[in-house]
Amino acid sequence: MSVNVNRYKCGYCGACVGVCPAGALELVETWIEVNDTCTSCGICAKICPVGALAVIK
Amino acid sequence: MKSRYDVIVVGAGPGGSITAKTCAEAGLDVLLIEKRQEIGDPVRCAEGLGKEGLMRHIQPDSRWIAAEVKGSKILAPDGTEIKMSEEASSGKAGYNLDRKVFDRALAQKAAMAGSEVMVKTRATGLLRKNGRISGINAMYMGETHEIRADIVIGADGVESKVGRWGGIDTCLKPSDINTCTQFLVSNIDAGEYNKFFMGEKYAPGGYLWLFPKGEHTANVGLGIIGSKCGNVRPITLLHKFIETYLPQGKIIEMVVGGVPVSGPIERTVADNLILVGDAARQSDPLTGGGIINAMDAGKIAGEVCIRAKEEGDYSVKTLKEYEDRWRATIGKELSKSLMVKNLLIKITDEQLNQLAHSLSGIDTSKMALPKVLPILFKKNPKLLWELRSLFM
Ligand SMILES: Cc1cc2nc3c(=O)[nH]c(=O)nc-3n(C[C@H](O)[C@H](O)[C@H](O)COP(=O)(O)OP(=O)(O)OC[C@H]3O[C@@H](n4cnc5c(N)ncnc54)[C@H](O)[C@@H]3O)c2cc1C
Ligand code: SF4
Ligand code: SF4
Repeated sequence: MSVNVNRYKCGYCGACVGVCPAGALELVETWIEVNDTCTSCGICAKICPVGALAVIK
Repeated sequence: MKSRYDVIVVGAGPGGSITAKTCAEAGLDVLLIEKRQEIGDPVRCAEGLGKEGLMRHIQPDSRWIAAEVKGSKILAPDGTEIKMSEEASSGKAGYNLDRKVFDRALAQKAAMAGSEVMVKTRATGLLRKNGRISGINAMYMGETHEIRADIVIGADGVESKVGRWGGIDTCLKPSDINTCTQFLVSNIDAGEYNKFFMGEKYAPGGYLWLFPKGEHTANVGLGIIGSKCGNVRPITLLHKFIETYLPQGKIIEMVVGGVPVSGPIERTVADNLILVGDAARQSDPLTGGGIINAMDAGKIAGEVCIRAKEEGDYSVKTLKEYEDRWRATIGKELSKSLMVKNLLIKITDEQLNQLAHSLSGIDTSKMALPKVLPILFKKNPKLLWELRSLFM
């Protein structure tokens, strides 16, 4: 389970990191890293201001 | 870089830099780290703040002031305009900054006061000794380092991890975050007021702003409540607004970001740990303003660190002073704003128009929001009943 980050869309703002209940996301300068604790809950994808995230089930 | 300090501050935003400066001025050994290679960039802010709050921390400097505004104009969905004065909208009016320059100027103040500053250095975890926090793991240029300190300050913004690592739950629910997009728009008449466009039609559960940044440019952005995001996105709504209302506008910069609007969280200190600014969710739930709050909290955190050093005790027993002091000041305002925000989310555009109309004939141009709210309540007691505890 994971999320897909569209790196060409992402504005590296960190909003998704702040809402992830699993702490699965990390903003490293200009990109988002996803670790394996992701539960595919979809919250990050919901709140991303530009729609750069998609849940992979 | 040394292997140990009195204080490590994670994040060189306004909150972190003021904490570092305060500690360093008192002679504490301070390391301020920032994961980005350029402090302040990319910007995640509409850059507006009140003069009074700013001047508590730093003298205004033309190098980072983009524009001075006369006040605020709140626009109801039907276009009814409410003009407010200088300190209007919870002190949001006043100056519009260039945060890239401002944030760096604050970090420079921290450096000049004696702090060591490291950029491109990211905290990746907390060190522990006998169960107590004793520093951080950090990565600089791809290399990992262990850096020790008596206390770690998490000033790491909306994406804060320091609190979570230290056992403080700072996770934001979708209804606890305003998700935003902003363009720096040129080739427009920016006016002399910060404008706030209210209503579902512009920004569900938030508002749209136009903050002048000079004669022909403005930060034009909007934030919507996370719980109403998904089917609509801030970026789509903003494009629509600009096409409709500013068709001649040219977009010369883009900003995205999230502002915590949760109101005060349960805990912001642990043994050997303090959270400051957005990391402590201290931004205003109604306005989204967080620069001054982060600096005010940073000042308090710095002062409490100084005391902790004097007493040689960095446990919650000493750090609780931070908790008490910010809650008695910033926290009180956050709670009030949260009540208003929670009501605004439920109000329809029609009701917003009604509220705006109820002020017709009243000159609000010399008043700030805290003065206007009681008038609104008097005129619309039924609609605003759940705010009664603020006025009665
Ligand atoms: C679109 C938008 C508009 C806004 N408009 C306004 C406004 O008009 N007026 C206002 O007052 N406020 C506004 N705000 C809020 C304001 O930007 C924040 O409240 C303010 O920046 C908080 O300051 P801070 O120091 O707490 O955090 P930040 O300024 O976010 O600084 C945190 C820093 O920590 C760094 N960091 C994070 N993690 C790590 C790590 N692991 N290691 C090292 N460094 C790390 C980050 O890179 C960042 O530089 C707005 C916010 C947004 C998103
Ligand atoms: S919320 Fe969206 S734009 Fe912001 S960092 Fe996450 S994926 Fe990127
Ligand atoms: S889907 Fe849920 S768990 Fe996975 S990264 Fe997004 S918010 Fe975190």
